[in-house]
Amino acid sequence: MSRTLAIAICGSGGAGVVACGELLLRGWARAGGLGFLRKAFGPQIRGGESAALLCLGEDETYLPTAAMDLLVALDWNQFARFEDEIALGPQSTVLCPDDDEVPASVQASGATVVALPLAAAVAGAHPEGRRNMFALGLLGQLLGLDAAALAALATARLAGKAPAYRDAAAACIDAGAGWPLAVAVTPPARPGGERWLLTGNQAAGYGALEAGVRFVAAYPITPASDVLEYLAGALEAVGGQLVQAEDELAAVNMALGAAFGGADAFTATSGPGLALMTESLGLAVASETPLTVLNVMRGGPSTGIPTKSEQGDLDIALHGLHGDAPHLVLAALDIADCAFTTSWAVALARQLQTPALVLSDQFLGQSLAIVSPPGLHVALPAAAVETVDAGEYLRYRLTASGVSALALPGDPGRRFTADGLEHSERGTPSTAARDHAAQLDKRARKLATLGPGPHWGTVDGEGELALVTFGSASAAARAAATRLRAAGTACRVVCLRLLAPLPAAALEEALAGCRRVLVVEQNHSAQCWRHLRAHLGDVPVPAESFARPGPAPLDPAAIAAMLAEEPVHG
Amino acid sequence: MAEAALRPKDYKSGLKPIWCPGCGHYAVLNGLVKALAALGLDRDRVALVSGIGCSSRLPAYVDSYGFHGVHGRGLAVAQGLAVARPDLAVIALGGDGDGFSIGGNHFIHACRRNVDITYIAMDNEVYGMTKGQASPTTPMDWDHSKLTPHGPGIRPFKPAALALAAGAPWIARGYSGNPNQLAKLLAAALEHRGFSFLHVLSQCITYCPEQTDWKAIVSEREDEPVTRADAAAQLFLAEDGFATGLLYAEPRTPWPPAAPAAVVDPRLAEAFRP
Repeated sequence: MSRTLAIAICGSGGAGVVACGELLLRGWARAGGLGFLRKAFGPQIRGGESAALLCLGEDETYLPTAAMDLLVALDWNQFARFEDEIALGPQSTVLCPDDDEVPASVQASGATVVALPLAAAVAGAHPEGRRNMFALGLLGQLLGLDAAALAALATARLAGKAPAYRDAAAACIDAGAGWPLAVAVTPPARPGGERWLLTGNQAAGYGALEAGVRFVAAYPITPASDVLEYLAGALEAVGGQLVQAEDELAAVNMALGAAFGGADAFTATSGPGLALMTESLGLAVASETPLTVLNVMRGGPSTGIPTKSEQGDLDIALHGLHGDAPHLVLAALDIADCAFTTSWAVALARQLQTPALVLSDQFLGQSLAIVSPPGLHVALPAAAVETVDAGEYLRYRLTASGVSALALPGDPGRRFTADGLEHSERGTPSTAARDHAAQLDKRARKLATLGPGPHWGTVDGEGELALVTFGSASAAARAAATRLRAAGTACRVVCLRLLAPLPAAALEEALAGCRRVLVVEQNHSAQCWRHLRAHLGDVPVPAESFARPGPAPLDPAAIAAMLAEEPVHG
Repeated sequence: MAEAALRPKDYKSGLKPIWCPGCGHYAVLNGLVKALAALGLDRDRVALVSGIGCSSRLPAYVDSYGFHGVHGRGLAVAQGLAVARPDLAVIALGGDGDGFSIGGNHFIHACRRNVDITYIAMDNEVYGMTKGQASPTTPMDWDHSKLTPHGPGIRPFKPAALALAAGAPWIARGYSGNPNQLAKLLAAALEHRGFSFLHVLSQCITYCPEQTDWKAIVSEREDEPVTRADAAAQLFLAEDGFATGLLYAEPRTPWPPAAPAAVVDPRLAEAFRP
């Protein structure tokens, strides 16, 4: 298994903890390293506590972990708020100020505590000096990073500030880098190679743009706002438009309006916003208007835990629409995959003229990661769109594929009214049973005849044991498989990117010959397990469930242990 | 390209409306096709967008592009369409329940956003499609609904005053019983660049037969429109809701500005280089 180094940086809100962590990660990335950063923060806007949690490693399996090798405390204010997320033990080292009492829990952890004269060291470096930049220097020293390179990154970040701040940052980094530390850590090896530094939310926005999205309607919600903020800037570069809507009801409908006009349209939200959008997602299904909605999942239901991760929205994504409303549901498998999955969703929505929901979550969306350049879905499968109508143009013409030619306003002589009312082939409202049945069949056929192609998910490993999972739980499932294989137990891992329409045949093939199947997911009620059971039944064997609610990260050791254990029958 | 010499009837789809005989909405439909013909608008470049309700059925009766969405959200669809396709004439329309109750939030934000669309609110002070319940504009003592047997008991609001307060730059009121004026107002609304709000008193003969009395109450305002918001506020608070004509028009630049030209190679990936 590859070596990792988990580093936590904590301090009061406004202390610059996140800036310190991001600069360290960027410096590490430039030096050819791998790793990611997630932020832990309270609900406060400012003045609350925050923590930057980095995990550096030798491959791109990015799993949240609480077990820290190193903690740098700029101060101990409100540290108790992070005790769930910063677990210390005898293997941990703590760097902290020498003028503040170390919390009892830290003392009891058995961690090596190294108290430093932070206040004096920072004041000595520069009158405007700040502890976070001194800490950056310290960490750079421990990781073997060049202090001048870190200082250059810091001063670039402070480009808009007064020169004194930039000088102070450089001086503090330099002081930290040269501070005599009687501590040594063993950093992971740095593989080098071309890497990007981005969050899953940025990756999703990037994937949307590369797939052709040129209209975005936005209503802010944690943890999806930063997708929209990224798009606001990037859309200007591609000649697109972003409208800030008055609510999610407006956001999804504005996107529908733009899509009716022929734009590839997109919006992003989280659980509560998705709940508000579901009526209009049904409209997108009935009117056959393509649309992509990214749902960055957070703890639910209701307001839940807005700043933390959970995979609890699979049920609403699959089943939240009223009536029989076939639509697409996809899930991004990791941070970089947010780009691929979103770009594929945009293409599928366009191809099938129906809404596509993309699930990511707070962990994927808001973690900043060093990743290989993300893949994108570029080659569209040959769409079975009848572009030439025999005679009269019928917007909802019954076709073999279920997909009918889509006219856009401005197209000469193909005028029609898109309708959420059930309708005839022409689009005329109809309550007739035969029209309803024909259009229901047509809309279902679009998805039923979709070949899932090679992108429906990933399959690796062999043997009679299998883990099946979706979205961000993939990392924990893969890590569990790695443990099992290291212990000599063969195991397959199937990670689903396409959840609706469920690629049942491909899944059955992937699981053929399995003796035991465990469905891994981060929610309380085993939503994916129920989905698979509903569609696959007992093929090849009754699947068991490993479902744990967020925000605690899924534990690969526990997953591995459950799969390796023989089930208790009777 | 505008089509040559289309007559008003050429803008009708030929589909028979579901409306009751005597419904005020016929006058709006007839006035609209007359306005479209008078302006010579290309049917391929007109898009009618609506929500749910009797009046929201109108797009199917016009031979243009149309989008019949869900209850209350027509304005949002229309704004998204107009932003994405500034080359189209986008007309949102619907009733008082659709626009002022379930869609009320979209109404006020459409007023202040000032996207270049026309919004026709066909106000008959009642939910007709659900068989006659009180709406936000129903008189407080109207006791004809089983849902509010003693009348709604709360004050109706004034759509024009609300639109003004929310920042609408162009506000007019028409009446289904005055089709010539209505057609002219519709044409003026279509010609106005920016958000134009046309409030139409459109009687419901079935659930509110007393609205035939409107003919005697409605007044036609001949003055030039008020061009200042403070003066318009005085007008809207003082009048009884039955003054018709172009009431308020203040020049204001529509939103959004034209989309920036696309950069040939936007180099989106550059932002992610460490």
